[in-house]
Amino acid sequence: MVRTDVQLMLDVKAGDGNSFELLLQRYRTPLVNFLYRMVRNREQAEDLAQEVFLRVYRAREDYVPSAKFTTWLFRIATNLALNSVRDNRYQKLEVSIDAPVSVDAEDGDERTMDVPEKHPNIEQHLVEDARRKMIRHAIDKLPEKQRAAVLLHKYEELDYAEIAKILNCSESALKSLLFRAYEALRVELAPLVAQQARQ
Amino acid sequence: MESRILGYVDGRLKESERLDVEKHLAGCAPCRVRVHEFSAVSGLLDDLPLIEPSAEFNTRVYARVAAEPKAKASWWAWLHVSPRIAFAASMLLVMALWLGYRNGTPIAPVIPDNDQAMMQDLPVLEDHDVLQNFEPLKDLPVPSQTDDASDSQQQPQQM
Repeated sequence: MVRTDVQLMLDVKAGDGNSFELLLQRYRTPLVNFLYRMVRNREQAEDLAQEVFLRVYRAREDYVPSAKFTTWLFRIATNLALNSVRDNRYQKLEVSIDAPVSVDAEDGDERTMDVPEKHPNIEQHLVEDARRKMIRHAIDKLPEKQRAAVLLHKYEELDYAEIAKILNCSESALKSLLFRAYEALRVELAPLVAQQARQ
Repeated sequence: MESRILGYVDGRLKESERLDVEKHLAGCAPCRVRVHEFSAVSGLLDDLPLIEPSAEFNTRVYARVAAEPKAKASWWAWLHVSPRIAFAASMLLVMALWLGYRNGTPIAPVIPDNDQAMMQDLPVLEDHDVLQNFEPLKDLPVPSQTDDASDSQQQPQQM
């Protein structure tokens, strides 16, 4: 029988290390992806995800299952991500304009842009690559709270009540936040949206 | 309508809400366009692939967890830490009790001679009839007026 997150966390509280390992296995990929889409840097996303698990471990003795485990987990992750994004914003102002230009690949590596010379369908590859970059760029341009709302809603599939608790706002405020975010994405991705709508 | 369009697009509305939205969409072209566009945006967001955490991810988490200070131990946790010490202490206690009772006398605290004499006088000190007619007490000085006054203020009922 599959144990629920709350059962696992209560076992961690009782000193069961294996339950912590199960929670780690269950949530490491969603957390790393959420944080990667928030901060746009794989190494930083992994550091933050490790910090989330460490905080869960530290809080085990005081854990009370008063809310869903995912709400608690992603609340920690969102707060860390928002702080990190704000810190990065100030750091970027200090980066020299002489720094080498790099493009962040979807696989998470910060690497210089290159063209795969022996790709069987190079044109299709480039079109797909450009399309993904455009989508990522549109998400990156969203204000942090809107970005977090979209990622939690779209990729983590959390319900409105959970996301509202994570972002510390009412459900109606969250719906308004998501509507504004989708409006901004619609405008930013207008050429792709028109193309998608025709299909 | 603004708060319901996205819920309609991702299928999170209740049945009654969904029917309301569909009724509205039947007569509102701008909202129908918006639904199509939001569906397209949602489809585009699906195009971003997932990344896998690095192979060292779990190892790093375990290393950070291992570096954490141990949890605060409760007062009886020493029993778990050193059962031998606990066993030895309990055996010493049992031996001390057994030695005490072996000679037929329980272990009692040692009282000095002077204190023992005083303890023998305790029943006399508690006998009020004896104390009332005890001659040496009559030689004690009479309490001062102020003391009487303060006593009478504090205890007006006593005469």
